[in-house]
Amino acid sequence: MKSTDSSPVFSIPVIRVQPSSGWVSLNLGALWEYRELLWFLVWRDLKVRYKQTVLGAAWAILQPFLTMVVFSVFLGRLANVPSDGIPYPLFAYCALLPWQLFAHVLTQSADSLVADKQLITKVYFPRLVIPISPVFSGLIDLAIAFILLLPMMFYYGVFPTSAIVALPLFLLLAMATALAVGLWLSALNVEYRDVRYTVPFLAQLWLFATPVAYPSSLVPEKWQALYGLNPMAGVVEGFRWALLGTQSLPTPTILASSLAALTILVTGAFYFRRMERTFADVI
Amino acid sequence: MSEAIIRVEALGKLYRIGARQERYYTLRDTLTEALTRPFSKLSCLLGCNGVSPTISESAFIWALRDVSFEIKRGEVTGIIGRNGAGKSTLLKILSRITEPTTGFAELHGRVGSLLEVGTGFHPELTGRENIYLNGAFLGMKRAEIQRRFDEIVAFAEVERFVDTPVKHYSSGMYVRLAFGVAAHLEPEILLVDEVLAVGDADFQKKCLGKMGDVAAAGRTVLFVSHNMSAIEQLCPRALLFGHGHLVEQATTTEVLKHYLSDATASPDGNFDLAEHPARSREHLPVIRHLTLRSSNIHPDHIFYPDDTLIAEVTVVPPKPIRDPRVALAIEDCFGRRIMTLASYFQSDRLPDIDSPRRITCILPRLNLGSGRYLVSLSVCSKYDVIDGLHNAAWFEVGWRNNYGNGEPYQPFYGPIIAQSTWTTQDAPFA
Repeated sequence: MKSTDSSPVFSIPVIRVQPSSGWVSLNLGALWEYRELLWFLVWRDLKVRYKQTVLGAAWAILQPFLTMVVFSVFLGRLANVPSDGIPYPLFAYCALLPWQLFAHVLTQSADSLVADKQLITKVYFPRLVIPISPVFSGLIDLAIAFILLLPMMFYYGVFPTSAIVALPLFLLLAMATALAVGLWLSALNVEYRDVRYTVPFLAQLWLFATPVAYPSSLVPEKWQALYGLNPMAGVVEGFRWALLGTQSLPTPTILASSLAALTILVTGAFYFRRMERTFADVI
Repeated sequence: MSEAIIRVEALGKLYRIGARQERYYTLRDTLTEALTRPFSKLSCLLGCNGVSPTISESAFIWALRDVSFEIKRGEVTGIIGRNGAGKSTLLKILSRITEPTTGFAELHGRVGSLLEVGTGFHPELTGRENIYLNGAFLGMKRAEIQRRFDEIVAFAEVERFVDTPVKHYSSGMYVRLAFGVAAHLEPEILLVDEVLAVGDADFQKKCLGKMGDVAAAGRTVLFVSHNMSAIEQLCPRALLFGHGHLVEQATTTEVLKHYLSDATASPDGNFDLAEHPARSREHLPVIRHLTLRSSNIHPDHIFYPDDTLIAEVTVVPPKPIRDPRVALAIEDCFGRRIMTLASYFQSDRLPDIDSPRRITCILPRLNLGSGRYLVSLSVCSKYDVIDGLHNAAWFEVGWRNNYGNGEPYQPFYGPIIAQSTWTTQDAPFA
């Protein structure tokens, strides 16, 4: 489906509706035009999530905090998992920040299109808005959870180095990874409802494959690049390096992760756009 | 430059039957299909006359086929047709919700579509929040919503509840608010689908008024409705659809005449129902024929309120019908049910039907105000529906000085003309 703005005399938008075939352009212009809708969806998501809850937005801190406590007690203390010389609670909490974002998008986006079925069959808007919105609501949760990290760092006497300027880049990588997986899952779930059953399982497996509870330095040197093909590995290690100043940046892992994230993101976006035209009929 | 604001050329939409609703594939289906496909191809080669066994012609349906038309700027056009005629599919394609299979459409201007009242309303959010959210879904900018916020709230009459979650709203308030947002859209082209079917009569009137304003403001409107009088009131021109084809584009009066008489085309009160367009494929054509006539013969087969209505239903049963129950429903052109005449309202049951039979229903006095009325009929065996047709026939009631004393009966008195007796007495203690 195409919509082009092309009227030389009057600036009236001309919308042309016609069958499309094969791969279609991403049409990012239309996405930009609907940026307000994206903002409203993010806002709806946050508002609805914390309405009629006692703790409200404190949930955004509580979840990573409790996970951190459990990890610290069982893995850090009892199982003696190494933590690259950083106090284990800090080590785990720092990794949980991007992980929570990723897990949030993973679970939200898989069902997002089907949950908004009513919208998809009744009103037009760029469908990409739907899988993108959990990335931003997850980002706001991350910002809230970040507040706890500062007193923790102060408590353990860990102070950020100049590497902190790279944090926005890793945040961007985290968002790209989350969106990439979200695009694939949401588009697949429209046609294959198997997807939603695999998501909790997938999230669990992915957590084990990501250095959240353990350092990636446990992985042998020659496997580092391969390990980095899990883009979340690069994200988590990058976060630790930028915030806590771990000795060295695992460059091969980061590079592999960035490449992997980009590949999944681009293919995911095109796959999504390709499937988009049948959403209203199949959903 | 042509004046056409909407141009539709050879538009078609092919649906795979079942794919439209709950049907979705599981991964396993796709895998098994991928595994079996080579074999089915092979068996095809070995001799099945070139017809692929997996996809037969009947698995597809053209919801819309080869539709071409143009709408001029500022025209308000009604779209009418029976269920499944392709009206909603057309609006869905024009509003870019679904893609056409063939052809194209060109729309010059911003398109606002209102295919449902309250799209995107969230029960947990307040009225205020939902106005913004819903507006955003309909393509309004925030500034635009802000500007019209008070107007929307006033239209919906929910001033006191703006900050209450809509889950606590009455259904009337909910619908009013939802329509209020949509009615304040300001696109050049507005596509509206049957949204007036909700709400009470007062609200419908208000909505119609609002739609009239929209039309008067020079906006181009496509309006789908089963409410013929709304179409007649709002739209000077209309498109008539039937079985996915555009049947007619003309003035509304012209189109309505064709729609109401439809394929039966019998103003003489004889309706052949064996192959009627209102017939669904679910039932065998048991009801073959319906005759509507009056005890008094009037020219043009018009009925008058004091006439006796005689309806004769011819039934040809494929197998005996035990405990037959026959019903006729009369609706006005707003789609409001006026009355139901049923054989099971009388104490004696009809005898079982085991051969072709004519069943006669007599309504001693019609007592209906002037206008067009649509007739639906059904035949059941106890509670099982054997055959039924919705809006299969119609009749017209003429205007007459009804009470013989010169007092005219006005349409707004209501559709039922009742006789009442009036006297006065002294009221000594008042």
